[in-house]
Amino acid sequence: MFYIEKSEQLADKVHQMWVRAPHVAHHALAGQFVIFRIDEKGERIPLTISAVDGDAIRVIFMAIGKTTTHLASLKSGDSIRDVAGPLGKPSEMGTYGTCVLVGGGVGSANLPIIARAAKAAGNRVIGIIGARNASLIIVENEMRSVCDEFFLATDDGSRGFHGFAADVLKQVMAKERVDRVWIIGPAIMMKVTSEATRAAGIRTLVSLNPIMVDGTGMCGSCRVMVDGMTKFACVDGPEFDAHKVDFNVLMQRLRMYQPEEKESLERYQAHVCACRGGEHHG
Amino acid sequence: MDDRPVEQRVHDFSEVDAGLTEQEAVLEANRCLQCKKPLCITGCPVTIDIPAFIREIAAGDFRKAAVIIKEQNMLPAICGRVCPQEDQCEGACVLGNKNSAIAIGALERFVADHERAHGMVMPQKKPSTGRRVAVVGAGPAGLTASAELARLGYHVTLFESLHAAGGVLMYGIPAFRLPKEIVKAEVDAVLSLGVVLRLNHLVGRSVSTRELLSYDAVFLGTGAGLPYFMGLPGENLPGVYSANEFLTRVNLMHADRFPVYDTPVKRGSRVVVAGGGNVAMDAARVALRLGGRVTLVYRRREEDLPARGAEIARAKEEGIDFVMCTNPVRILGDQVMSGVECIRMEMCTPDDSGRPEPREIAGSTFTIDADVFIAAIGQGPNPLLISELPELKRGKRGNVLVDDEFRTSLRKVFAGGDVATGAATVILAMGAAKSAAHAIDRMLREE
Ligand SMILES: Cc1cc2nc3c(=O)[nH]c(=O)nc-3n(C[C@H](O)[C@H](O)[C@H](O)COP(=O)(O)OP(=O)(O)OC[C@H]3O[C@@H](n4cnc5c(N)ncnc54)[C@H](O)[C@@H]3O)c2cc1C
Ligand SMILES: Cc1cc2nc3c(=O)[nH]c(=O)nc-3n(C[C@H](O)[C@H](O)[C@H](O)COP(=O)(O)OP(=O)(O)OC[C@H]3O[C@@H](n4cnc5c(N)ncnc54)[C@H](O)[C@@H]3O)c2cc1C
Ligand code: SF4
Ligand code: SF4
Ligand code: FES
Repeated sequence: MFYIEKSEQLADKVHQMWVRAPHVAHHALAGQFVIFRIDEKGERIPLTISAVDGDAIRVIFMAIGKTTTHLASLKSGDSIRDVAGPLGKPSEMGTYGTCVLVGGGVGSANLPIIARAAKAAGNRVIGIIGARNASLIIVENEMRSVCDEFFLATDDGSRGFHGFAADVLKQVMAKERVDRVWIIGPAIMMKVTSEATRAAGIRTLVSLNPIMVDGTGMCGSCRVMVDGMTKFACVDGPEFDAHKVDFNVLMQRLRMYQPEEKESLERYQAHVCACRGGEHHG
Repeated sequence: MDDRPVEQRVHDFSEVDAGLTEQEAVLEANRCLQCKKPLCITGCPVTIDIPAFIREIAAGDFRKAAVIIKEQNMLPAICGRVCPQEDQCEGACVLGNKNSAIAIGALERFVADHERAHGMVMPQKKPSTGRRVAVVGAGPAGLTASAELARLGYHVTLFESLHAAGGVLMYGIPAFRLPKEIVKAEVDAVLSLGVVLRLNHLVGRSVSTRELLSYDAVFLGTGAGLPYFMGLPGENLPGVYSANEFLTRVNLMHADRFPVYDTPVKRGSRVVVAGGGNVAMDAARVALRLGGRVTLVYRRREEDLPARGAEIARAKEEGIDFVMCTNPVRILGDQVMSGVECIRMEMCTPDDSGRPEPREIAGSTFTIDADVFIAAIGQGPNPLLISELPELKRGKRGNVLVDDEFRTSLRKVFAGGDVATGAATVILAMGAAKSAAHAIDRMLREE
């Protein structure tokens, strides 16, 4: 059992949670993830470790399906049955010069821990966060406090630059030399945004999010195509060279259980409504 | 000792083999010759005193039989079910071949099931030595090493990366061959010897190699869990599974009960399984129970199938379609898989294993319509931890090299089971682990 120390909502459907898990916290490095299993009947879901404090780790997640919706309903003092990790390879890190970190949506949650590592390695760090609108921007203050420069972009122009994070990345590249780029967000956003650095030959890393089961290299559910070769994202990644990733395979495999995911969420929501209904009627 | 009827068992995950009744067990036990030089024991990698426990069954003292078995084997309900007895104890029994040898496995299972129903017996433990041993991986090898070391007076910490102990016994072998309550009960018996189990701990990540090597000794039982794929075009299409993934979703995560359990699995209406070993049989029979029509394709001939004879027979009885001398060459489909293109094979000159080598027959391709494909063509040693220990010498297939005392090239580090041999059997893993535990004991006593 792993205790939830703090749970709060950051934006629409976006939640953050601190969980006590010393075996993870004491070893976690930027870029690694955990696997949660909420209860005996639960599935194992991967979530990025977005910060560490003493014995606790933080995850930031979007409530999009059954498991993340259930997780969002848990409060401090509740517990999670299984927390395995830290899993995956840590972010590639060194002293490169200028690093640009680009986040899209809830993927932005992964940036601060990488930004800190990049800063500690002696890099100049530029942060860019893109969101659909102002209310969905997360980890802004954390990023501002670590980065040498920081930019916001919203699709609707409600805050920061009116447009995509990719446009801001291009502006930065036009202004100064960029040595290394991280892009973390939805698969389609990573695919599109990483095109910006391809021609310039800037090494660009993306953190892939395929469907996983064990997270230890034992099943192959998480396989992705990188440079024409099959890799297991949970042990060979999750970070890979963006310019070599076959994003179409990733997106295709992410859709594999869509009908089942829908069924599971509807069943859960019906159950939650029925329970709440019961309370109302006394 | 009959199997449950086919019409009934293909619709559920309850055990197929019903086991012996008391009467049948006593009758069978009475057939044993109580040999002075019992050959059967030489066939048992954990050296159970087979005639002695059989004598107690014949005398009706099932509990004493359990005490005798437990002296050498902490997992008898498991071994009685999944050991390839025909190659082990029963293969060595003087009474001869399959039909006349004493049914040692079934008797062992009977005793263990009786024990579970009437309270577990606890083997003797030596006083504490005050030394600490780390065991990595809670499969049959790790569990056996832990139990043996705990009995020898060591403080054992057993690390397991998954949320349940048992290794392949939990995630690989389906419940209709090995019910999961039985695995849990035997794991609990091991833990009751004082072994500390740390679940969700992936050694190499949750425990650093430095922390690991700070123990007085280490046993690696990390298994051969790395699934091989065939490298076929279309292999990453949704619908294509490794046997490990397919079986883990069902056995460990209970996807057969989705949506009550959250983990889904594709229930194929037409399923193709590639391979011919126990893993392929298990994958095929699970897919059948999820409602699919299942075809098993194997590149060699029927007589070359490496799976246990009994499981092949059961798979056939249950209606799995066996297509021999056939190999998949391509997974067809757009967005999701829709079929498997296969090619016929012919048998040529024998290869290193003495079996004829299969060769493709040009122009013989044909298509099997299918929405699920399961590759059950083998697994390699788990590379994660052993690649974090670069000084650890490894063989060509990635397996950890050990000497005849199960010592690795790293001081104080021992290894046994599938990680050292490549995918093998439960009882070979247990036999290796037991010997390794005694080697660790000798090493630490000599220090
Ligand atoms: C290494 C790794 C790190 C991750 N880190 C985070 C994180 O920090 N925060 C976070 O919110 N999510 C993260 N994810 C994604 C997260 O695991 C999924 O959102 C989660 O499994 C969904 O579970 P669910 O039951 O709530 O939704 P489901 O019912 O499983 O899915 C609902 C919807 O989400 C999509 N989906 C399913 N699985 C994934 C997935 N793995 N990635 C993206 N979309 C998916 C489905 O296509 C579907 O549209 C990470 C994934 C990986 C592999
Ligand atoms: C589907 C299937 C059916 C089979 N049927 C039979 C059968 O009928 N009879 C038979 O005798 N054999 C059978 N086998 C083979 C048998 O299961 C194996 O030979 C046996 O389980 C090997 O035991 P092990 O302890 O070496 O490894 P495993 O059982 O693989 O256990 C290894 C354990 O180590 C854990 N682990 C790995 N790396 C780490 C790490 N770094 N940190 C922490 N934990 C880690 C894994 O999660 C796993 O739990 C079958 C195998 C499969 C896959
Ligand atoms: S453990 Fe296996 S080999 Fe040994 S007696 Fe039992 S069934 Fe036979
Ligand atoms: S070899 Fe066969 S007959 Fe002889 S003791 Fe062993 S089981 Fe009994
Ligand atoms: S999630 Fe199973 S191998 Fe990566």
